[in-house]
Parts: sequence; structure tokens; C-alpha cells
Amino acid sequence: MATRLLLPALLAYLVAAALFLTWGARGDWGFVLAFRGEKLAALTLVAAAVAISTIVFQTITANRILTPSIMGFDALYLLIQTGLVFALSGVGAVSLDPLVKFGAETALMLAAALALFSIVLRGAGDLNRMVLTGIIIGVVFRSVTGLMNRMMDPSEFTMIQSATFARFNAVDTRLLWIAALVTLAAAAALMARARELDVLSLGRDAAINLGVDHDRAAKRLLLLVSLLVSVSTALVGPVVFFGLLVSALTHRIAGTFRHDVLLPLSALLAAVILVASQTLFERVLGLQTSVSVVIEALGGIVFIYLILKRPVR
Amino acid sequence: MTLARAAYPALALLALLSLGTGASGIGPLQLLTDPEGLWLLAVSRLPRTVAALLAGAGLAVAGVIMQMLARNRFVEPATAGTGEAAGLGLVAVTLLAPASAIWLKMLAATATALAGTAGFLAMVRRLPPREPLLVPLTGIVYGGILGAATTFLAYERDLLQYIGIWMNGEFSGVMIGRYEYLWISGGLTVLAYLFADRFTIAGMGRDMSVNLGLSYGQVMAFGLFIVSVITALTVVTVGMIPFVGLVVPNIVSRIRGDNLRHSLPIVALSGAALVLACDVLARVIRYPYEIPVGTVLGIVGGAIFLWLLHSRGSRGH
Repeated sequence: MATRLLLPALLAYLVAAALFLTWGARGDWGFVLAFRGEKLAALTLVAAAVAISTIVFQTITANRILTPSIMGFDALYLLIQTGLVFALSGVGAVSLDPLVKFGAETALMLAAALALFSIVLRGAGDLNRMVLTGIIIGVVFRSVTGLMNRMMDPSEFTMIQSATFARFNAVDTRLLWIAALVTLAAAAALMARARELDVLSLGRDAAINLGVDHDRAAKRLLLLVSLLVSVSTALVGPVVFFGLLVSALTHRIAGTFRHDVLLPLSALLAAVILVASQTLFERVLGLQTSVSVVIEALGGIVFIYLILKRPVR
Repeated sequence: MTLARAAYPALALLALLSLGTGASGIGPLQLLTDPEGLWLLAVSRLPRTVAALLAGAGLAVAGVIMQMLARNRFVEPATAGTGEAAGLGLVAVTLLAPASAIWLKMLAATATALAGTAGFLAMVRRLPPREPLLVPLTGIVYGGILGAATTFLAYERDLLQYIGIWMNGEFSGVMIGRYEYLWISGGLTVLAYLFADRFTIAGMGRDMSVNLGLSYGQVMAFGLFIVSVITALTVVTVGMIPFVGLVVPNIVSRIRGDNLRHSLPIVALSGAALVLACDVLARVIRYPYEIPVGTVLGIVGGAIFLWLLHSRGSRGH
């Protein structure tokens, strides 16, 4: 069953990747492949990070509408990024090594996400209230970020500015290796817990009944989710609805609860969508900026569709 | 009653504070005695204060009317796509006819705001009535999609900076001759008061309204018109100011109930006071530079909203 689903997805990904690498390529193949390969790796990483974090987050919260970014994880990361530059303005954050910066940001992100969202998730009884809270927290975070942007040095601002707008075609490749390492480690850790996720997806009461310490497990998983969100936000910037689009598609196609299928399938699907649309927009249509906007708008429409079609309780 | 009695002096004090706050180092006494001070007062400080008052009162009243029409406490022009729709119209008219006069742009923004809000209300009617928080949720995402369309248009035509002015409300550009359209919004606020009873009844739902002899469709259309025009005027003159229409009516309704005839003046006063207070704060927080009032309200209003959302116990409606 797993191969029946995963094999076609893998094939589709390979086709999309091959097209991305070769379409419209001219000149020295060595250069083209190395240049595009780097981009392809980054896109795949981001897709996998967004997809897996969304699926896991939805399992922990036991619903299909919440995603980490809707709950304000991305906004939190941007806030931390800006706050760090703001706080370190005297000691020269501009010249800080990107790896060191990324490490500090991720560590702060883990602590903040855990503190904040275990509080929010405690009131998980009322889904709508939780989502609304997440969105408003996101607005507040963005406003605080905006406030700091206004108060900081212009030269420091330009450093932050590029981070606040999602771009799939201008990925920060300096962080590629560490991002790959983090994503693979987090994904492997989650795959190892696939059984636990299966049990968690039954809901809190059933999971406790079956002998899983729900709250501890949820916290540990949230840490991994925050890690993946840090990676994708650091590489391309905030993407709000992409994860929702992917998870809705994955659940629709897979029709299973088993996370050892769901997780790799979602990662592959996300990579196919991202790489294929990047090929289409950048190479075939010749548009530079539109991929993130189009994917986000599609995801937003999926969100409204899911809300309107939800069975009335 | 005590609230009303406290509101007037508080507002007067705030207004005086606003008149006395600014980047120029002219002291309070010189403002009235020095000819230069008087000039400054007439050209910049007074218009700015009046603009903040008008915008605050208008947005708060638009929020409360919106809540009556959608029959939901957590709705306001900023969470229903009205502001984003106005922005979309503004960008569209800027692309199609860059040289058009400001009143034409305002007309276009009003038209799209009207269409966008009507679309939102049509969508809301299809949501299950027992889940009130779904309404603002849908509205926020709907606004996000409209905003994405605006961003797309603006990005392709290099207008991002241009729309940034409208997406984040700011009073620093307000001078004499630059804010007068807001008086129309002030007029509509007064007009809304004359129709307060009808909005109160419309807030009880279609069946009840028709039962009481009210032309429900007409009141809905009129309310929609008021909300859209006030929002579009505010967006075009000073930019989008979030949360005012949401937190002010909610707090007032806790104290004074939902009869608009009684609560509308307080709503307008408190809205004006909130925006003016945030604007003064925005001017002093990094004196002599300024921070957009939209950013300040995004933090202050967001915090109040979170409190409202969680302090109601499990009711939410």
C-alpha cells in the first residue's frame, strides 16, 4: 500500500526535478546543473519542512485546518530575527556569521514557540477560538516587528527587509547545508515516531487510554515542528497557506491515518508542487515574482473551502 | 452614566495633549501667542487632531454597524476584507488611470469596498450559525486573499511602496487641505445615529426585523453603504487602522448593552479617544520621529482583542 502511493509521487518528483534542471538550459552544463541543483535542493528542503511540520502539527492538535504558520509560528520567527538584529545593533549584528545567527535564532525560536504554544494549545477545546488567537498573535507579532523596523538603523533594516517577504526564486543558499542537516534529522526523528503519531491522531483521550503520555509527546513533537518552521522561514521567508494546501491534498490522496506513509507522501507532494510551479512560472511563463503569491492565494481558497464544507457539529 | 461623564473630559484632555505634541520645539504657551505657533496649530496640529478624532469615531461606528449586520461580535471592516477591497480598488484605479483626481480614486475605493463587503456578508450567511468565531476567521482569510491580489498587482508594477502607505494607517501626512474628506465620514457617523434604532432591530435578525415592520433589505443596504464609505474614506486619507471597530464596540457593549441609541455616542467617543491616544503615543515613543498609528494599534488593539477573546469564558457569542 505504501509503495502504491509513494512510488508515483517519487516518479512525479523526479520528472519535475529533471524538468527544473534542464528546461531551457543553455551553455556550460556543469555550471547550469550546479547552479540549478542548489536551488532544487533548497526548494525540496523547504517543501519537505513545510509539509512534514504541517502534518505533524495537525495530528497534535487533532484537526485539519490549523497549520503552524496560521498559528503564527512564522511571524514569531520573523519577530525573533528582527529582535536579534535590533538588540545586537551595537555589537554589529550585520557582520555576524549567518550560521551563528541562524543557530541563535533557532534556539530562541524553540524556547519561545514551546512556551507560547503550549499555553495556546491548552485551550484546545474550542478550535475556532484557538485559530483566531493564533491569527491575532500573528498580527501582534508582525506589528511589533514593524515597530522595531521603524526604530532601527536603515542599514540594519535592509538586512531584515528581504526576509519578510516569501521568495522561492531567491533562496538563501548559504544556509543550505545546515538546513539540510536539520531537516533530515527532524524528519528522521518524526519518522521514528510514526507509530506514536498514529496513536496521537486518535485524539487526546484515546491516546492516553492507549498508554501514550499525550502532553509530553505533544511538547516533544512541537519542538521538532518549530525546528522545521525555522528552517523553511530562514530559507524563503513566511509562507502561510502552502502547508494547508499540501496537507489537504495529502489526506485526500492518501486516505490513511498511517504517518509512515503520510509524512513522506506529503513531503514529496509539496516538493512536486513547488518545483513544478517554479519551473512553470520561472522558465515557461517568464514571471519572476508570482509563485509565492499564487500558491498562497490557492492555499487561502482551500482554507475557505475547508471551513465552508466542514461538517456542522 | 459615569462612563459618559468621564469620557468627555478625558477626550478634551487628550485633544489638548495632541495639540501640544509634535516635532517642533514650540512650547504650549508660544502656540497661542506666537504667530508662528498659531500658524503651526492651524495648519498641522489641529487638522491632525481632528483627523484622528473623525477617523476613530467613524471606524468604531462602522465596526458596530458591521457587527449588527453580520450578527457577530468579532467582525469589523478590517476583519471582513473591507479595507483590503478598498485597497484593491485604489491600486486598480492607479494602474488604469494614474492621473485621476483624488475624488475619483475615492469613488473607486468605495465601490470595491462595497462589493467586497457584500461578498463577505453573502459568504457569512452560509456559515453554521452556532460557530460565531468562524465568521471573523473567514473574514481574515478572505481579506488575505484580496490583499494577495493587491500585492500581486502592485509587485508586478512596482507599486509596493505606494500601497504600503494605505495598508498601514498614519497621521503624519495630515495637514490642512489633506484630510477634509474625513468630514464626510463624520457626517455619516451622525447619520448612522439617526438610524440607530433600525440597526438595533436589524441586529436581531431578519425574521424579528420583518416581524417588527422593518424593511430588512433596505436597512442592510444602507448599513453596508455607511460601513463601506467610512472605511474607504479612511483608507484613502490616512490608511487602514486595525482593531478600532472591534475592541471599542465590544467593551462599550459590555457596559452599556446593545441598544445603539444609547451606546452609539459612547462608541464614537471612545473610538475617537482610542485612536487619538495611540496617535499621541506614536508621536512620543521615538520622539522626534514617528511610528505609524496602525502599528501601535496593531499591538494595543491586538492585545485587547486577545483579552476579549479569552475573558468571556466559553461563550464567545
